[in-house]
Amino acid sequence: MINVENINFYYGKFHALQNISMGMEANTITALIGPSGCGKSTFLRLFNRMNDLIPDTTLTGTVSIGGVDIYQKNVLVDDLRKRVGMVFQKPNPFPKSIFENVAYGMRVNGMNNKKIIAEKVEQALKHAALWDEVKDKLKKSAFAISGGQQQRLCIARALAVEPDILLMDEPASALDPISTSKIEELMFQLKEDYTIVIVTHNMQQAARVSDHTAYFYMGELIEYGETKKIFTNPDKKSTQNYVTGRFG
Amino acid sequence: MNDEIKMQQIHRRKRLYEAIFFGLFRIMGFMVVLILGFILCFITMKGIGVMSWEFITASPTDGLTKGGIFPAIVGTMCLIAGSMIFAFPIGVLSGIYTTEYAKTGKWVKFIRLMTNNLSGVPSIVFGLFGMSLFVNTLGFGDSILAGSLTLGLLVLPVVIRTTEEAILSIDDSFRHGSLALGATKLQTINRVVLPMAFPNIITGLILSIGRVSGETAPILFTVAAYFLPQLPTSIFDQVMALPYHLYVIATSGTNIEASRGIAYGTALVLIIIVLTLNLAANVIRNYIQKKIK
Repeated sequence: MINVENINFYYGKFHALQNISMGMEANTITALIGPSGCGKSTFLRLFNRMNDLIPDTTLTGTVSIGGVDIYQKNVLVDDLRKRVGMVFQKPNPFPKSIFENVAYGMRVNGMNNKKIIAEKVEQALKHAALWDEVKDKLKKSAFAISGGQQQRLCIARALAVEPDILLMDEPASALDPISTSKIEELMFQLKEDYTIVIVTHNMQQAARVSDHTAYFYMGELIEYGETKKIFTNPDKKSTQNYVTGRFG
Repeated sequence: MNDEIKMQQIHRRKRLYEAIFFGLFRIMGFMVVLILGFILCFITMKGIGVMSWEFITASPTDGLTKGGIFPAIVGTMCLIAGSMIFAFPIGVLSGIYTTEYAKTGKWVKFIRLMTNNLSGVPSIVFGLFGMSLFVNTLGFGDSILAGSLTLGLLVLPVVIRTTEEAILSIDDSFRHGSLALGATKLQTINRVVLPMAFPNIITGLILSIGRVSGETAPILFTVAAYFLPQLPTSIFDQVMALPYHLYVIATSGTNIEASRGIAYGTALVLIIIVLTLNLAANVIRNYIQKKIK
């Protein structure tokens, strides 16, 4: 599904990602772990080209999704982002109603049919396990619900555009334990329809939700493999130290 | 023992300074309210006497010593509307350009520098410039159009700067959220950034309206008429305007003593118009703010 070959990424002169190659299969959850500043978020943002927004950055190597190099000149960034959704670290709903937040992605992509929008909003909210909590207040502001609900709203918002891939950048780091477990549960269900890549600081979370885990350190991919193996019997000493909490 | 006394002295001094400076800040704070209150009371007391239905609906008569100020009210309203139609879109659009598109680089620095310089130019210079460009070169003559354009230029920096600040205060996370859903930059600006920035942009509008309605120098050579009882029929007509009318009857009227009351009445009307427009803009701003939250 996702294939990365010989990626190098620079912020100015800073070499943030060093010669990384890896692949991710469809309908799996891949966790990216590593200490702060190791490049895992930068790596995640390659897949929907959010790094394009940062001035003075350079990328070499290829990132392909479904066999297509997404950094080719003829790839339209907004089309790409429609197929590769993203959930951010802090819930960032728009200052609009709950309904309009979920409808936003459809509207900017040219969908005008009210009936279809309403159906898909409901479907996305159900998919994000938020429907029952908000179905009576769809017209209320998205700021009026809790942080955990807001984050699920952001997931619903991303799902409503029907992407193939969902990128999650520490989606639960700003949430309480109950909201966190709800989001984790949700990820299991979403796996059936989506390919998920998640950045997390929370080792237990990575161990709980992911099929594969990639450990980054100082811009390098140290180890990548099945989550079970990474957490129980990693090949590298550095990985073991990190996952057992000895540093980082 | 000695040390203890010393400590006590230091403590006492600290508290004294605290009291003195807080008192000072408080007095200064209230001073502003007091000054504004004094001006309002003064103008109201002096001007309320001439207030009547006739005063605000009739034209001046008897060499500006009697009658009303209706043409000047209409003229000022025209100039407010005209200058805003000109300055608001240009100011907001250029503010969007510098903050959302250009962001960094020589051009933006240059535009910012020019904007700041523009706001430092004395208003009489704008008046002369307006006369030379709009009235003479472009041949608009003394007209609402020439006056509005001149006033528009005067407040352009205010609109640009408040727009910039309003847009810059919006967190990037909202922009990223929108872009990540496949929205284009323009869609993001239109649907997320501008609605959020709008209440603060309105502040720029309020400030500009206050400025425009009170300025005399820029309209002196571009639109203002000394005495013109009939109302304008096109944007190429001259009009009377409240600040200029006030200046005329207070300094160079036919009978300054006799028109003293009218002068205060005119000032009162001018203040009421500005305050009303500010209030209206505030209501709109609060309404929008409530709607988006």
